[in-house]
Amino acid sequence: MPSLNLDTSFTDEGFHNVAFHRPQPNWLKELRQRAYRTFEDLPMPNRSMEEWRRTELRHFRLLQFQAWSPHPEQAPEIPSQLIPRLDTDGLIITLNGRKLESRLDPALGQQGVVLNCLEDSILNGWEELIRKHLFSILDWKYDKFAAMHAAFWTGGIFVYVPKDIRVNKPLLHVAALMPGQADVGHTLIILDEGAEATVVSETVSVDPSASSLYCGGIEIILRPGARLRYVNMQNWNQATFHFAHQKAVLAERASLEWTLGALGGRLAKVNQHLVLDGPESEGIVNGVMFAENRQHLAYHTLQHHRTPKTKSDLLYKGALQDQSHLVWRGMIRVEAGAVKADGYQRNDNLMLSQTARTDCIPGLEILADDVRCTHGATAGRVDEEEIFYCQTRGLTRREATRLVVTGFFQQVLDRITIDSVREALTDIIQHRVREYRG
Amino acid sequence: MSPETLSVIDLHVSVEGKPILKGVNLTIRRGEIHALMGPNGSGKTTLGLAIMGHPRYEITRGRIELDGEDITQLEPHERARRGLFMAFQRPVAIPGVRLADFLRHAVSNVRNPARKEGEELIPMREFRKELKEKMDLLRMDAEFARRYVNDGFSGGEMKRAEILQMAMLRPKFAILDETDSGLDVDAVRLASQSIAEIGGRQMGLLIITHHERLLEHNPPDVTHVLLGGRIVETGGPELAERLHREGYDQLRQKYPEAAAEEAALAGQGKQ
Repeated sequence: MPSLNLDTSFTDEGFHNVAFHRPQPNWLKELRQRAYRTFEDLPMPNRSMEEWRRTELRHFRLLQFQAWSPHPEQAPEIPSQLIPRLDTDGLIITLNGRKLESRLDPALGQQGVVLNCLEDSILNGWEELIRKHLFSILDWKYDKFAAMHAAFWTGGIFVYVPKDIRVNKPLLHVAALMPGQADVGHTLIILDEGAEATVVSETVSVDPSASSLYCGGIEIILRPGARLRYVNMQNWNQATFHFAHQKAVLAERASLEWTLGALGGRLAKVNQHLVLDGPESEGIVNGVMFAENRQHLAYHTLQHHRTPKTKSDLLYKGALQDQSHLVWRGMIRVEAGAVKADGYQRNDNLMLSQTARTDCIPGLEILADDVRCTHGATAGRVDEEEIFYCQTRGLTRREATRLVVTGFFQQVLDRITIDSVREALTDIIQHRVREYRG
Repeated sequence: MSPETLSVIDLHVSVEGKPILKGVNLTIRRGEIHALMGPNGSGKTTLGLAIMGHPRYEITRGRIELDGEDITQLEPHERARRGLFMAFQRPVAIPGVRLADFLRHAVSNVRNPARKEGEELIPMREFRKELKEKMDLLRMDAEFARRYVNDGFSGGEMKRAEILQMAMLRPKFAILDETDSGLDVDAVRLASQSIAEIGGRQMGLLIITHHERLLEHNPPDVTHVLLGGRIVETGGPELAERLHREGYDQLRQKYPEAAAEEAALAGQGKQ
């Protein structure tokens, strides 16, 4: 383990200190080496690159963050919204990307279910399975942040549900970050044939206003007939930088209900990638976005239909107040041969101020015949007549605004099948909405 | 002013700088029914919205008093909490907000005028029971309350939802803006009957209408005729009947000045 006085920043020396001072198999060391070279070779993204045209990184200082630091003697208080609300079968808390504590219903453990630190799992009997899948679907050469993640990642979480096993209650992962620290954790979720589970992930900042960095990767592998509900509630404080590559690959008849809460972050840049890799697989994507102050949240989604009779249905809804900026760029790609694919994408944004800005850009790329693909995007303002109508029924302007904004999100909230997650999202939004002043 | 009255005193109202009302005077005592008639564009809806405090309707002169208190500067929600209500001609939809949730917020505020945002709502059980009673009374299906406020409602459904809100909020004074428009004969009769059944008589009502039928179960004590932004005649129920019979042309001849103002307003409206 690196000691306190070693350089653990995102530098050459930091890389050696962070990546190699822990026991790990050679294949992983080699993977890190290659990723690091790519990280070094690639330029910091800038606005001349198509995907970064709307996202300004000028204020981002990579070297101010630590890729690794020892856990404090006393764990800080973690202001989770979901721990008190969610009745779970398992819980893992990570601090700066590395495990703090975890528990799993012993009955599930006996059935072979795993919820643990990813690094530990490699050393504890899961090396073969993890080696086969780690960075098997996520492209770590995609950009500088993907390579940085693959080179530096520590801790992480590993979820495995064996064939035909059903986990009834959610497994919860709370990722907490301390000031100046980075979370470069990797999430690997594998559901074997016919397995079912709900995994909920929540991110929280220990400090309400100090800057931190998340540069993470999520890989979700669903074998035939597996069913997963996955929630990613990104709720960092508004000083944190969030760079995420998230990808799920679904084998035949597998299904995924994937909910994203895009709430926190000074700047968030997310690639969410859904691959319908087996016939009759189905993915539902729900996005709940709320931006305020000077937040910049950029979500790039790809629904990739590779096989026949696959279905994807994406709905992102966003509200913006103050000088915030939301970017949604969606793509449905249907490969030749993916006949009878059914793809849908939609993004609706509600502007709560004159100074907020939104770019919503849907896209289709269809190489197969006999498919059904539709898309839509809207951006609108709060209707002053709706506010007045509520006021004539005794509601204050703020209460009226909250009601109208909550109503705006209802369509996407109704699609989320986990009650406590829906309630938590509603509460967070209601808490943040201020009085609409046109 | 005596208590339990709604008074409009020398009210001048402009919309986007254009004068619409030019000195309206009106006093309604609680328990009275007033009919407000007049051709399209004479300012009837403007009067209603100005009384409710719509931000686009600028009061340039005069005032509105409720039980002797000047409420001209109050926010719309403060007026509602003091007992004013308006049933809109074309209420807006609020997608995603269920009528029952909307009404629970409304009832909680209107019955507890000092309520601050975030404070307890009226208990769910008590609210549901009362809502069911009122919906039964109005012969409305319970499922209706689960729909989003005015979202995809037919004309008739909107009007009935407005009457339901009035029944739940039990205002001191209610303005009914063409609650009969767009309804067929039977639906107007039902609306008229419903207004009487929910206790319209105990309130003060200002009924804006073109139809005699809405007044069938709510015979007016006083009838006002608005023309070109002024009340040109005030009478009893016989005035309403006469206007229904004869239309407004005779009034225009009798009040050429107001008729000219009306024509000018209509011209502005077309620009």
